[in-house]
Amino acid sequence: MVTLVAALTILAVTALLVYELYVHSALSRHKFGWSFLVTRTWDPVAEQFGALPFIYGTVVTSVLALLLGIPLGVGAAIFLAELAPPKISSGLTFLIELLAAVPSVIFGLLGVFVLIPMLHKIEGPLRSVLGWTPLFQGPFYGVSLLSAGVVLSLMIIPFIISISREVILAVPSDQREAALALGATRWESTWDVVVPYAYKGITGSIFLSLARALGETMAVTMVIGNDPKIVTSLFAPGYSIAAIIANEFAEAPGELYTSALIELGLVLFALTIVVNGAARLLVAGTSSKTGT
Amino acid sequence: MANGKMSLHLIRRKTVNAVMLSLTGFCTFIATGTLLYILGYLFVHGGKNLSWDFFTKLPAPVGETGGGMANAILGSAKLLALAMVIGVPIGFLGGVYLAEFGGNTFAYLVRYVTDLLNGVPSIVIGIFAYTLVVLPQGHFSTMAGGLALSIMMIPIAIRSSEEFLRAVPLALREGAMALGASKSKAILTVVIPAAKNGIMTGIMLNLARVAGETAPLIFTSLGNRFWSPGWEQPTASLPVMIYTYALGPYEDWHQQAWAAGFVLLTLILAVNIVARFILSRQAHVSR
Repeated sequence: MVTLVAALTILAVTALLVYELYVHSALSRHKFGWSFLVTRTWDPVAEQFGALPFIYGTVVTSVLALLLGIPLGVGAAIFLAELAPPKISSGLTFLIELLAAVPSVIFGLLGVFVLIPMLHKIEGPLRSVLGWTPLFQGPFYGVSLLSAGVVLSLMIIPFIISISREVILAVPSDQREAALALGATRWESTWDVVVPYAYKGITGSIFLSLARALGETMAVTMVIGNDPKIVTSLFAPGYSIAAIIANEFAEAPGELYTSALIELGLVLFALTIVVNGAARLLVAGTSSKTGT
Repeated sequence: MANGKMSLHLIRRKTVNAVMLSLTGFCTFIATGTLLYILGYLFVHGGKNLSWDFFTKLPAPVGETGGGMANAILGSAKLLALAMVIGVPIGFLGGVYLAEFGGNTFAYLVRYVTDLLNGVPSIVIGIFAYTLVVLPQGHFSTMAGGLALSIMMIPIAIRSSEEFLRAVPLALREGAMALGASKSKAILTVVIPAAKNGIMTGIMLNLARVAGETAPLIFTSLGNRFWSPGWEQPTASLPVMIYTYALGPYEDWHQQAWAAGFVLLTLILAVNIVARFILSRQAHVSR
């Protein structure tokens, strides 16, 4: 059957992808071993390569995106699923799903020319409130871990909203009715009954967004500042795995450099596979329970 | 006394209720408001910078103002055509397999791997296409970029084809088989035509998604300030142009990046809106 061949092709392509990444990173893997993952130096001239600054930048920006995106996204999903009149809710959901189709490079463009000037404006207030923490120290040039985190949060919010909203809508309405009949307020029924019921699905949507944020390339590359250092301040520029690949790959001099970049790709691949796997387990868990 | 305490408690609960509910409304307002604001900014700013030259002229030499992105528009079209020619048949046939013959462990594996491939970051797909095409050939090419995009299209093409084929009522299949059609004949002449609209819409949405992909193109099709005849040379594409022009040092480049963003986003959103409209109308008919 032709169709079976097509199905086999998918397996072959994926296997080949892993194989190619593995083989072409051999040079770097053999030279640096596991210490690649914990080395802080990235020095193309001395041919010393370590992934730690990039792993740090990727994780910090993604976590920041989640911290900003989860409250806004889940809050909005609750509003759209539980409170808003159906017409307004479906209209807004349509808009939000369209926003999920906006390409990364457009978010990057807006990040550079709209968001960074906006962040410059709130830099002062932010410093006066949180300036005592190590997170908001040093000069702020615009391109920074903070900008990357904020852009990422904008990119993942549509995902969190549309998936969480669907999971919340799938909660059987007798759950709500029972809570309300027992005298619960609207909020109590939502927060103590509906949200715990949909908890797994919401967590799944968050993991899916995290996987997206980890692998997000263009928008982050354009606003993160591209500086391979590990600094606690969010005002400082950083670097992410995807960003260094995007910036350096086409012009990487020398086989070891290319190989190290491919190994970074392998690390990123492994990270997203783990997070995606966890997300799918969680989402599958809810949908089999609710029978949708 | 007890009564007063109760009502105090009730007031507290009611306040919490009102505060938290308005907070969720506030979240919605902030989330959608910010997103709509920046997109509105793009449309106003990009539309302002759009001119006829943008569609008809080559980029001006570095340092000069003016010029357009005609080569990038054609480049994007070529990359998408190539991606479609490679990606859609594999995805579609794979989808047919999963929908019609897919009850076994092997099909489960295929679905699992498809989801896995769908979750691979686009930049990693770029590396893959680089090692497959650019490295052996020794040069960047339209071919490599198209291949990268086609790999991104496959998983979505599979899952959307499968979904639309599954939505075809069982009665149709049974009817065809009762008339003596073999299973493959029934699939070819009854099931696939019935799912045709849905599958086509899925392909359109899929194209719209990869049309904005930048990361897999930077080091496969690279970029080009001139026309790129054939499939063996590096080519310009709209998303990569937006990236380079936005980060470039010239004010004129920034204006053109806005214009390119406007064109790209308008196309993508238009396809999405039309596709959703077709799908929702179809859902009404089938009910």
